[in-house]
Amino acid sequence: MAGLELLTDQGYRLDGRKATELRKVQARMGVFAQADGSAYLEQGNTKALAVVYGPHEMRGSRSRALHDRAVINCQYSMATFSTAERKRRPHGDRKSTEMSLHLKQTFEAAVMTQLFPRSQIDIYVKILQSDGGNYSVCVNAATLAVIDAGIPMRDYVCACTVGFVDETPLADLCHAEEGGGVSSLALALLPRGGQIALVQMDARLHQDHLETLIEAAMTACKGVSKVLDGVVRQHLHEASVHSRE
Amino acid sequence: MATVQVSEAEKVYILHGIRDDLRVDGRGCEDYRHMEVETDVVSNTDGSAKVTLGHTAVLVGIKAEIGKPRPLIPNEGYLEFFVDCSANATPEFEGRGGEELGTELSNILYKVFNNEHSLDLRSLCISPGEHCWVLYVDVLLLQCDGNLYDAISIAIKAALFNTKIPRVHISSDDEGGKEIELSDDPYDCMRVDVENVPCIVTLCKIGHRHVVDATLQEKACSVASLIISVTHKGVITCTRKVGRGSLDPESICEMTEAGRRVGKALHSPLIKLLQQEESLGKKRQKVGFLG
Repeated sequence: MAGLELLTDQGYRLDGRKATELRKVQARMGVFAQADGSAYLEQGNTKALAVVYGPHEMRGSRSRALHDRAVINCQYSMATFSTAERKRRPHGDRKSTEMSLHLKQTFEAAVMTQLFPRSQIDIYVKILQSDGGNYSVCVNAATLAVIDAGIPMRDYVCACTVGFVDETPLADLCHAEEGGGVSSLALALLPRGGQIALVQMDARLHQDHLETLIEAAMTACKGVSKVLDGVVRQHLHEASVHSRE
Repeated sequence: MATVQVSEAEKVYILHGIRDDLRVDGRGCEDYRHMEVETDVVSNTDGSAKVTLGHTAVLVGIKAEIGKPRPLIPNEGYLEFFVDCSANATPEFEGRGGEELGTELSNILYKVFNNEHSLDLRSLCISPGEHCWVLYVDVLLLQCDGNLYDAISIAIKAALFNTKIPRVHISSDDEGGKEIELSDDPYDCMRVDVENVPCIVTLCKIGHRHVVDATLQEKACSVASLIISVTHKGVITCTRKVGRGSLDPESICEMTEAGRRVGKALHSPLIKLLQQEESLGKKRQKVGFLG
């Protein structure tokens, strides 16, 4: 947008954050009693709900079952009122299908699927409000939901979207920054080992800057993982206090 | 809808209990489960509400857009309903699985609101024949534990109460055409009068008696259900019978009377709660799903 400075000279962004600052993350696990695992996560103004069913028997075609590991089935959808312009179809369009495949790929790297051969794990993510970083918020919410369902994972999966403006990487982009012609990169990380589950970028970036950008993304993801860890421990503490009474 | 398997012994147990006005969770035949209503949950919308009725959770978002009025009714705005049965509720709704139920629910909503008494649609008109407000009511089904119609109608009423439509100024530009200006002031808005908005009551016939707010288990034991939409004055705007079985005329009359009684009693506590929530203004703690 003409006239909108994504990064001022003093180092402040559109919403007043510094370049490496993440948005406020608030989350809650066990939101729905009927699903096996569920979580709600807010990152700034982006809100996502993730629900996990499984591991259960393969639904639909039995032939798609894998003999040595579980099949992970993801669906990404957005509420019709989530974006500023009303969306006519919640899912089924190309963007949603692509996101679903990315989520599937991300979680196949983290979930220990070889413990559940011939079964299926369903992960459904719903965006209630969209303000940038949709993929990252979905991954973070889905991680909490998978943990809530008690499905073993190698590590937390934390994701963050970073952009590159004026030679500076900006962590955790909001919607205005994403649309402002910024080269943005989405990264999903398993923080303890520093393993990258998914990296995606579709903008032009000079290859000299790539390493700085990935470094910035990994630092941001490690920040998110600390918050998620805190949420999980808090949830366990509440559950243990509740069961003791 | 998501179904549960109920054994014969369980069915008999539920039937006998209801015969003595005692349901499985201790309620009477005309009692609702614990209900929680919260408005202004999604800030991207013009009005929103979240209703939790037992384990059923529904989220409604309303967006107001300027559109062209219907050709036959040029001086009124209109409502468009869309029900999204998300896969969150049950894996059966994945992909296109939830479309059938969603279409059925939205068709009933159209019928319920298709009368001149529920909402003052004339207040939604901007300039007759050219511009009007279209309210897109989007219902998102998050968890399904029976009694969807009631939860959806209460959520729609709460969301409509919460809706703030910006005021419009029409000015004529140089070529003689009309220009629409939206007021910049976020507090300069028009509210929708929800006094006559009906609430839907679903009555399930189980054995010889009928129950209000049936859970999925009780639904599995029932023969048929009657859906009635009632306004706060006790006026019935829409009636429909759903289910596989058949009902005799006396039961329908009885159920209609009971439905009217229960529906009438729903409105005043709801409006009181909504007004109380609104009076807290900025001080209100927004809980949403984090509570």
